[in-house]
Amino acid sequence: MSAEAPAPSGGPSMFAATARNIQNQRVMTAVKSLFLGMTLLLSTPVVVILGVLLYKGLPAISWEFLTADPINGMTAGGVFPALFGTVCIVIVALVASVPVGVAAALYLSEYASDNWFTRLINLAIINLAGVPSIVHALFGVGAFVLFFGFGTSILAASLTLAVMTLPVVIVSTRESLQAVPMAFREACWNMGATRWQTIRKVVLPNAISGILTGIILEVSRTAGETAPIMFTGAAFFLPFLPQSVYDQTMALSLHLFVVSTQVPGVPDELPYGVALVLIGMVLVMNSVSIAFRVYLRRRKKW
Amino acid sequence: MAKTQADASPDALDMAWFWDRIAQGVVFLGGISAIVFIGGIFIFVFKEGFGFIFQDMDVVEFFTSPAWRPTSDNNPTYGTLALLLGTASVTGFAVLMAVPLSLGAAIYIAEFAGPRARELWKILIELLAAIPSVVWGFIGLSIMNPLIIELFDVPVGLNILNAGVILGLMAAPIMTTIAEDALKAVPDTYREAAEAQGATRWQVIWRVILPASRNGLMAAVLLGVGRGFGETMAVLMASGHSINIPGSPFDSVRALTATIAAELGETAQGSEHYQALFTLGILLFAVTFVINLTADLVVRGIRKQS
Repeated sequence: MSAEAPAPSGGPSMFAATARNIQNQRVMTAVKSLFLGMTLLLSTPVVVILGVLLYKGLPAISWEFLTADPINGMTAGGVFPALFGTVCIVIVALVASVPVGVAAALYLSEYASDNWFTRLINLAIINLAGVPSIVHALFGVGAFVLFFGFGTSILAASLTLAVMTLPVVIVSTRESLQAVPMAFREACWNMGATRWQTIRKVVLPNAISGILTGIILEVSRTAGETAPIMFTGAAFFLPFLPQSVYDQTMALSLHLFVVSTQVPGVPDELPYGVALVLIGMVLVMNSVSIAFRVYLRRRKKW
Repeated sequence: MAKTQADASPDALDMAWFWDRIAQGVVFLGGISAIVFIGGIFIFVFKEGFGFIFQDMDVVEFFTSPAWRPTSDNNPTYGTLALLLGTASVTGFAVLMAVPLSLGAAIYIAEFAGPRARELWKILIELLAAIPSVVWGFIGLSIMNPLIIELFDVPVGLNILNAGVILGLMAAPIMTTIAEDALKAVPDTYREAAEAQGATRWQVIWRVILPASRNGLMAAVLLGVGRGFGETMAVLMASGHSINIPGSPFDSVRALTATIAAELGETAQGSEHYQALFTLGILLFAVTFVINLTADLVVRGIRKQS
């Protein structure tokens, strides 16, 4: 037990801290530092790891690395076909998932009432987000590659990723739709507008930037996934650019897996370079999305 | 109002309502898409694994034998015990490491950090959650592996410890985010009432906030477990990928997910091995479904209470 704290004005005052108060304060400070320590313990290793990636990968990266084909059995050269393939896969996946995701969010935010059916949809969304990526890969093989006969192709890989990242679009779009004040809609309905006119002319324009933020987030997610595209459309090594959506392609994420585990005699800095390009792409996308969101929140008038 | 109606020709009005009906239909189709896809995943994975389950599978062997020898010429066996234990040990290690740290971090960010610092922490955590799993796997392979060999003087650094730490770091941002949301969902009036009684911040957290947000925190842990359980690339690359009944953190193990990822490319479509891999997929689907359902019910529990 600590000694009695000196009262501020000489004599004991009712506002002076008692021994119990002081002890409580000490416990609180200790606990606070403990939790700060835990937070740092979680984040520091990752920051250090990113630093190591940067330190070891940066020497490998040059304009040539980004624009040249891999040569000598992938032990030298650049990553261009993989980079291009990832961009193709992401674009096709976006084309497939954004309309469906936005429609789903519109349904949930503008049409659905709070009943068992809506709860079922929400449960399905949570599950779609929680199903392991390798199970999505199996689904892609069973459904798109075999059943619909797309073969291992960009189309099959993109559709698999589209299903997998659908929850990202739905959740972020729904949030930005719900952020549009109800009064906006009521004003519009009062003018005799139909529900759809209200959505198209009032709700969507007010939510569009929030929807874009979610789409950028989806791009980052799609670009980084590996397991779902391994068997549905991404090739280990294919030094040609795809000609149509029915072609296979290389992809950056799978390329990292291949050069770091499957190819013997790869110089040390090459996989670090690939990892850095991939993580750079993903983190830039995420930062853009976050900056966009912060900017929007500042500008918001209602 | 009446004037607007009269101004528009009846045709235009009809058209507007016609498009309204069409839009409603299209939007509804989008709305049920998630249900359709979840059903589709189950049907298509089941369809490919179907033959194995009803013809070749020996249920007892499947769950109790550690021998996963699908490529054996004369007597292929499909025992998943070692794979199940591999997944369980890595996920268990990750959860043990990540749960206290993420809950601590969530409490710090939600209750102690100032508003500006909170924003910055949340952005950092969001960025951490965005790192792709294949990059995590690469980190396990090229940074953690030599580090573990050096620190613990073991021959191989690709083991439960490596995969567990990697998985823990991967799951932590998600757990922290959900736990922080759960803490923030406790109404401020609770905090004010407790502080007005003279409680310190820590007493408020320990006696008021934590009990009030218990369910949300539990859901956070469950979703973290689900994430670890289903992770594929990172575990494939960092766990060593050799079939073992785990005995110590320095044993290499093989996970269910990693087995599918490593073997599916080498099997002939429709073969017994191929169907067995889809059966593993059904198992994974079922377990994550149960985890997600439980998490949802637990969260719904709080909504009912309040």
